[in-house]
Amino acid sequence: MKIHEYQAKEVFAEAGIPVPAGKVAATPIEAFEIAEKINRPVMVKAQVHVGGRGKAGGIKYAENAEAAKILAQSIIGMEIKGLTVQKALITEAEDIISESYVGIILDRVTKRPVIMVSPAGGIDIEEVAQKTPEKIFKLAVDPVVGLKSYQARNLAFKLFRDINQVRATTNILMQLYDAFWKVDASLVEINPLICNTDAKVIALDAKINIDDNGLYRQKNIAAMRDLDAEIPEEVQARDADLSYVKLDGNIGCMVNGAGLAMTTMDLVKRYGGEPANFLDIGGSSNPEKVVTAMRIILSDPNVRAILINIFGGITRCDDVATGIVAAFKELSPSIPVVVRLTGTNEEAAQKILRSVNLPSADTLDNVVKKAIELAGL
Amino acid sequence: MSIFISKKTKLIVQGITGRDGSFHAEQMKKYGTKVVGGVTPGKGGSKVAGIPVFDTVEEAVAKTKANTSVIYVPPPFAVDAIFEAVSAGIKTVICITEGVPANDMMKVYPFVKENGARLIGPNCPGLISVGQSKVGIMPSTIVKKGGVGVVSRSGTLTYEAIWALTVAGMGQSTCIGIGGDQVIGTNFIDCLEAFQADPATKAIVMIGEIGGSDEEDAAKYIKKYVTKPVVAFIAGRTAPPGKRMGHAGAIIAGGSGTAEDKIVALNKVGVPVAGSPTELPAALKELMKSAKKAAPKKAAPKKAVSKKAKAKKATVKKVAARKLAPKKQRGLKKAASPKRTKKAKK
Repeated sequence: MKIHEYQAKEVFAEAGIPVPAGKVAATPIEAFEIAEKINRPVMVKAQVHVGGRGKAGGIKYAENAEAAKILAQSIIGMEIKGLTVQKALITEAEDIISESYVGIILDRVTKRPVIMVSPAGGIDIEEVAQKTPEKIFKLAVDPVVGLKSYQARNLAFKLFRDINQVRATTNILMQLYDAFWKVDASLVEINPLICNTDAKVIALDAKINIDDNGLYRQKNIAAMRDLDAEIPEEVQARDADLSYVKLDGNIGCMVNGAGLAMTTMDLVKRYGGEPANFLDIGGSSNPEKVVTAMRIILSDPNVRAILINIFGGITRCDDVATGIVAAFKELSPSIPVVVRLTGTNEEAAQKILRSVNLPSADTLDNVVKKAIELAGL
Repeated sequence: MSIFISKKTKLIVQGITGRDGSFHAEQMKKYGTKVVGGVTPGKGGSKVAGIPVFDTVEEAVAKTKANTSVIYVPPPFAVDAIFEAVSAGIKTVICITEGVPANDMMKVYPFVKENGARLIGPNCPGLISVGQSKVGIMPSTIVKKGGVGVVSRSGTLTYEAIWALTVAGMGQSTCIGIGGDQVIGTNFIDCLEAFQADPATKAIVMIGEIGGSDEEDAAKYIKKYVTKPVVAFIAGRTAPPGKRMGHAGAIIAGGSGTAEDKIVALNKVGVPVAGSPTELPAALKELMKSAKKAAPKKAAPKKAVSKKAKAKKATVKKVAARKLAPKKQRGLKKAASPKRTKKAKK
């Protein structure tokens, strides 16, 4: 799960990391009030879950509260990479002397949190990694021992010479590492970490991605989820415990298991169609899930045929078949639906499906081909 | 023979009184697995499907001499269950549970290693050594005894591949699902090493998917140590980039993680990548034919201990070095085996 910059800054502030004063605004009036309170020049920053906000015109400087109000008017409601900006962070503007990068990521290879720092901050870190990899310094921290001060200090020396700034950065790294664990993050990032004209080290930006598996014990973080910033169908799917990603194609897919769902999408493409979505109904085979899944797929006007591909293991084919019949009664789809059910309780499933008389196929490849054929592609 | 589990496996089921635990305990027993006990704190003294239930793993091990454990407990308790099993002396732990926080896994993994145990999963379907033992949730109806070792990051996709092999008359030695999470106990290389050493395994099917660099690392390992024929399938060619990976993650992986990267890496070391799981058997047959003609020339597999030791030390240097590795390899390996690759790819 992603959270917004202003939310990430709340987490940072609580961890003790210095961040510029600021507050989020949903209207230009609110922006004005916040800027007035700060009583100094401010930045107006669009809060959306995409990178490159600055380039897209979503980050602007305002001399005073009146200017902040006018900028907020243009930024709130603007579109950045397909997402509408709902809120803007109004935050004290800083005079920057230097910009660095600091981040911690869960590294699957070492199975450790890896800290990355770079004196080349303020730009896309992927670009730095490509063009000047020698400017990135990394440390895989032993998760049992934890991050030691000297390790943080060694990294801080890669960013600053002044011992006071090194000390401040050491603290920030320690606090950032604690925050990483505390909120079940898979990524925490400060880009840029700046030194201002008062020689203070400050987190000018903040990014945190949360491991979804940790959300059950992160009630505060889970409450930060911004439903307005997400695709409505994906929200609906998550509420029903389905895994769904919307794509741009024309063949709707309903599959059990993430790997098989991806494979089904791949085969749709291979045989001449375009997948309209990724949808994994999961291991348990609650018939109601199938109805919800069908509803979500049908809500996409681009879908010209639906293919249902189930390899029963824990998932019982008869349960899925019951769900399909219920979905037909409730939603009476006007586009072709092709079914392949194999594995646990397959025969019972075929019997149940007789009442709706759907085209079916015996193998993975054939169900895909048939769906494409019936879609008229 | 087989890998990781066999006729000698004496299994306990942690979470045996739960819905999934009780159902699958019975399924495993039916298959012929020696399920010697179950553990649910507070339910000691009862029985599930004729299997005695204990309050603690320690007690279960003392009374049954169990050497393997399978975990069906809910995510908030799964990592504690792993700690408990390993502390009680269990050497093979299979965690089926889906939804375990990655941070917890980072903390338990070193403990498992230090105690010389093996963890498979979490978020995995477990494994079957055909005709000997089944641990986990794989449907036993789709397997057939034979010489193909199957290793996969997925669940139902694995079943699809196993079923395709069975239909084509190509039986399996052991089928193992290593799990789809970010931090897992056993990876492709561990399984490849075990399959290479297992006399019952004559060929290997590897099923990967997008994310991480496990497949690329496996490709390097195959090139060096695996003489048995390997074919692969990679899921996620059409997955939208960046949807699941944080952008800093791409840096750690050294620019890898896409299906295309993995396919290229595997093809370069002579591993054909099938376009559909149903085409795996044909690809394998083709490869085995051409493998017979060419004499094996690879070095005998050395224990991967040194490799792992290196991984453990991982410091600033380590990660930097890894970034360089793929480039070097690319230059060296152009001539690997373009012929085999082309045919399988069609």
